[in-house]
Amino acid sequence: MAGMLDLCGEALQVDPSGVVWWPDERMLIVADLHLEKGASLAARGALIPPYDTAATLARLAEVMMRLRPARVIALGDSFHDENVSAGLPAVLRERLRGLMAGTEWVWIAGNHDPLPPAGIGGDFTAELGFGPLLFRHEPNAGAARGEVAGHLHPAASVTVRGRSLRRRCAACDGGRMILPAFGAYTGGLNLREPVFRGLFDPKRLHAYMLGARTVHRVAGRRIGYAG
Amino acid sequence: MNIEPAPVTSDLPPIFADWFAARGWSPRRHQLDLLAARERGSSVLLIAPTGAGKTLAGFLPSLIDIHARGSRPAVERSESPLRDLMAAGDTKAALEAMREARKNPSRLHTLYISPLKALAVDIARNLETPVAEMGLDIRVETRTGDTGSAKRQRQKSDPPDILLTTPEQIALLIASKEAEELFASLKTVVLDELHALVTSKRGDLLALGLARLRALAPGLRTVGLSATVADPDALRRYLVPQPSDGEALSDLVMADPGASPDVTILASDERVPWSGHTTRYAIKDIYRLIGENNLTLVFVNTRSQAEMTFQELWAVNDEALPIALHHGSLDAGQRRKVEAAMAAGSLRAVVCTSTLDLGIDWGDVDQVIHVGAPKGASRLAQRIGRANHRLNEPSRAVLVPSNRFEVMECRAAVAALAEGAQDTPPLMPGGLDVLCQHILGCAVGSPFNADKLFSEVTSAAPYAHLNRETFDRALDFVATGGYALRAYERHARIRKRNDGKWRVANPRVAQTYRLNVGTIVEEAMLKVRLVKAGRKTPRGGMWLGEIEEWFVSQMEPCDTFIFGGHVLSLVGIRETEVYVSKTVSRDPKIPSYMGGKFPLSTYLAERVRDMVADPKQWKLMGPQVAEWLRLQALRSVNPARDQLLVETFPRAGRNYLVCYPFDGRLCHQTLGMLLTRRLERMGARPMGFVASEYALAVWGLGDLSLLIETGRIRLGDLFDEDMLGDDLEAWLDESSLFKRTFRACATIAGLIERRHPGKEKTGRQMTVSSDLIYDVLRTHEPDHILMQATRNDARTGQLDIGRLGAMLSRTRGRIVHKALDRVSPLAVPVLLDIGREFIAGEANEELLAEAADDLIREAME
Repeated sequence: MAGMLDLCGEALQVDPSGVVWWPDERMLIVADLHLEKGASLAARGALIPPYDTAATLARLAEVMMRLRPARVIALGDSFHDENVSAGLPAVLRERLRGLMAGTEWVWIAGNHDPLPPAGIGGDFTAELGFGPLLFRHEPNAGAARGEVAGHLHPAASVTVRGRSLRRRCAACDGGRMILPAFGAYTGGLNLREPVFRGLFDPKRLHAYMLGARTVHRVAGRRIGYAG
Repeated sequence: MNIEPAPVTSDLPPIFADWFAARGWSPRRHQLDLLAARERGSSVLLIAPTGAGKTLAGFLPSLIDIHARGSRPAVERSESPLRDLMAAGDTKAALEAMREARKNPSRLHTLYISPLKALAVDIARNLETPVAEMGLDIRVETRTGDTGSAKRQRQKSDPPDILLTTPEQIALLIASKEAEELFASLKTVVLDELHALVTSKRGDLLALGLARLRALAPGLRTVGLSATVADPDALRRYLVPQPSDGEALSDLVMADPGASPDVTILASDERVPWSGHTTRYAIKDIYRLIGENNLTLVFVNTRSQAEMTFQELWAVNDEALPIALHHGSLDAGQRRKVEAAMAAGSLRAVVCTSTLDLGIDWGDVDQVIHVGAPKGASRLAQRIGRANHRLNEPSRAVLVPSNRFEVMECRAAVAALAEGAQDTPPLMPGGLDVLCQHILGCAVGSPFNADKLFSEVTSAAPYAHLNRETFDRALDFVATGGYALRAYERHARIRKRNDGKWRVANPRVAQTYRLNVGTIVEEAMLKVRLVKAGRKTPRGGMWLGEIEEWFVSQMEPCDTFIFGGHVLSLVGIRETEVYVSKTVSRDPKIPSYMGGKFPLSTYLAERVRDMVADPKQWKLMGPQVAEWLRLQALRSVNPARDQLLVETFPRAGRNYLVCYPFDGRLCHQTLGMLLTRRLERMGARPMGFVASEYALAVWGLGDLSLLIETGRIRLGDLFDEDMLGDDLEAWLDESSLFKRTFRACATIAGLIERRHPGKEKTGRQMTVSSDLIYDVLRTHEPDHILMQATRNDARTGQLDIGRLGAMLSRTRGRIVHKALDRVSPLAVPVLLDIGREFIAGEANEELLAEAADDLIREAME
């Protein structure tokens, strides 16, 4: 099946929506929601459309309806701006609560959200070990087998028949995985950028590029520099 | 042609008459006509060919006016007493004198606005001669993006008599606190190269700026200088305020057209290629022509063509003729060097793009060679006018078609030139994004009343038909983003105060506005740096210039391409820099040809269709093209000029459908997107398509001939105009061209900031990518004013939907189908483009799958 991968002996599935699904644990992992990024930028003068939080939650709701997770791990940077998120409109707060109801929900701390908004519910922790896997926001440059992280918003470009295509992607070398950013206003950073250097074994690295309906597994050496 | 009677009533003042006499000149009729217009106080459009003394005609009335007014502004006169008082330590009296001087500091009489800052600088230099020779006490200065901040500041407090500048600087001046004072004395605005300005968003911004200037300086007169255009009345409307009921026109002066140009099409002994744009076959002929003349301008349509032609010319340059290269991506210093060498007469040829289109005199050009398709008759006439800036001698030009279709296009252009036919594009309604920028600019300048601003805006011709509801939505956008979900009231950029006037909410808004003014949204550009080959982590390196990001994004390290006349090898990309090394490769791989910015004009297209249909005209195009069209008649059919020929045939396991609308690549590309959707629904399993300027080819797995013959696909339905409804909407979802249009609109309107105070950001470094904003906005508020602005632009710009609509209605009921057993002669060029052009459309997903599949194959082998 497209998007299946092995991380330290656990079978995980990269979903075209950008989340990762751990079927054995009925666990859904999602990174970098950046809720209320629009409102945060508006406060600084860029009046970009205020619909990003609703859009992000709607996409998350869709994938949760489909997969019906028992556990959800949000890998940090779930809330873009501590101050602005405190004013998360009631209707959105309710929608988020609705998603959290009936699941074991864990917020991992990120650099944007060292603390979650008060009264949002769920568990909160800096990092979480679960079986052989270790969930944290920022990948740790040292050897960390089983690390599952976000923060870097990976994307990959690949050239096919003279055409360069770029997509968000998950990146995994069998020992570590970095998830794509899920939020509506989150961009991507090319896996070839220096910031990814040393995190993966180049020979075993694969990019799981998010297509419209499926996930495309592309070998590390095929990933282009541009874009 | 409609020529206003303009009796010569003005006698030149003695000092001017003497100057003309001393040079053995007499003023030309149109120069006197412009003086007469000044006496009547009328705004006027002057249409004159290159070399007619257009600029002097434009300035002469102002020079006479300022001379008569008596010169030297109050400030200057008061300056030396001021200095004396300061020296004497009498600061109180000095301050008093300064205050007195400030009361009426402005003596700004004339603004000259040009689309190019280089042109403004050049004109300033040219004006100095008559001003000095007549001993006029007139100060002439330029103000461009390059003008230092101290000088800019001084120009506001102590302006010159004549200020030469660009549309962006006008917008900035209007948005300054001093605007009211500065422009109070303004009498005349001279708009140079008006034909080039009005068809862009810069023209919209300037139109709004003019409306503001008229409010600040009642009685303001405009003088438009233009090359010959198809619809002079559109430009005449542009020059004067439009009443709310009906139209107003400026006066019109037509100069004598001058000698008609001597244009020929290159007769080469070589074989003219079927397709492609390299024109490699004609290089030796071009080189020979350069050798026979003193200074040749070799015009091409795109940067990559310029690079290619330059490279090829040097490869055959046995006599080491000084041949240079000039295009917009080269480092500005390098361009200045080429221009200076041209002026000094030390060059024999310059290969250039549209960067040398507009009227700067760089030297005695005696021949223009136009490589590739002319695209439009008027544009060609303007380029040809670059040869011989003397009115009474014919310009000499040689057209070099790069393929067989272009032979027809060149022939059509030569015929159009002989008839003096014009095909400049029609003026479009003003952009809503530009309106948003202008509204913010007005607020930055001084608080405004919405009702007054609305009537001011609608007095500008491009916005004459703007309705109040749309204006209010633009205003709402500027204030709070204009979203139905009113989430940003507390972050408003402008607010309505108790006095009913709108003003900026905080100084940061004004600062950001000033940094982002203008309508030129650059493609994301990367800096090209030359490093040594084989470096693992390149850095530093000599700066060669800038290159479009899309161009580089198609390449892999070690791929070779031409830039700045060198064959370079890509080393790597880091953030906004491209590292390259020199290579000895003689065969650079050229990534996909993007085509020119200008599509084939509808006028030329019509003539080309006519030629294809009429066997009598074939022999005019030389034996090769005539033979090709004869073969087409034999194997298939040559469509009549109002017909659309559709051919279907099998080839190499695929089935092809090729049609020939001759409506330009943009229009065909949009048609291709929509046709593949429909063919998919009709069960023809289309796999891809490729569009050229003349034709569109779609291929797929289904037997198209059979599907059409059995009536499963009806061509009338396939090409029905209703494809511009739902199919278009659905396709826009995914169209990267549409997203690019949105990016431009969002940037101009001020939703996306190109530059923030304190730090500059470009291209993909922008805070939130415009694609993501587009996706969110399209889902949640598809009727937002920026979506509307984007749709309006798409209609005419990147997608050419307007032209597609006209084509579909023109050919309704006139589709001729030919089911063939193999490719037809006419279809060969477009099929050869496959693999050279982007294969656009939904194929992207399949391509991604292919990348993954390749891998599986590799793994299994």
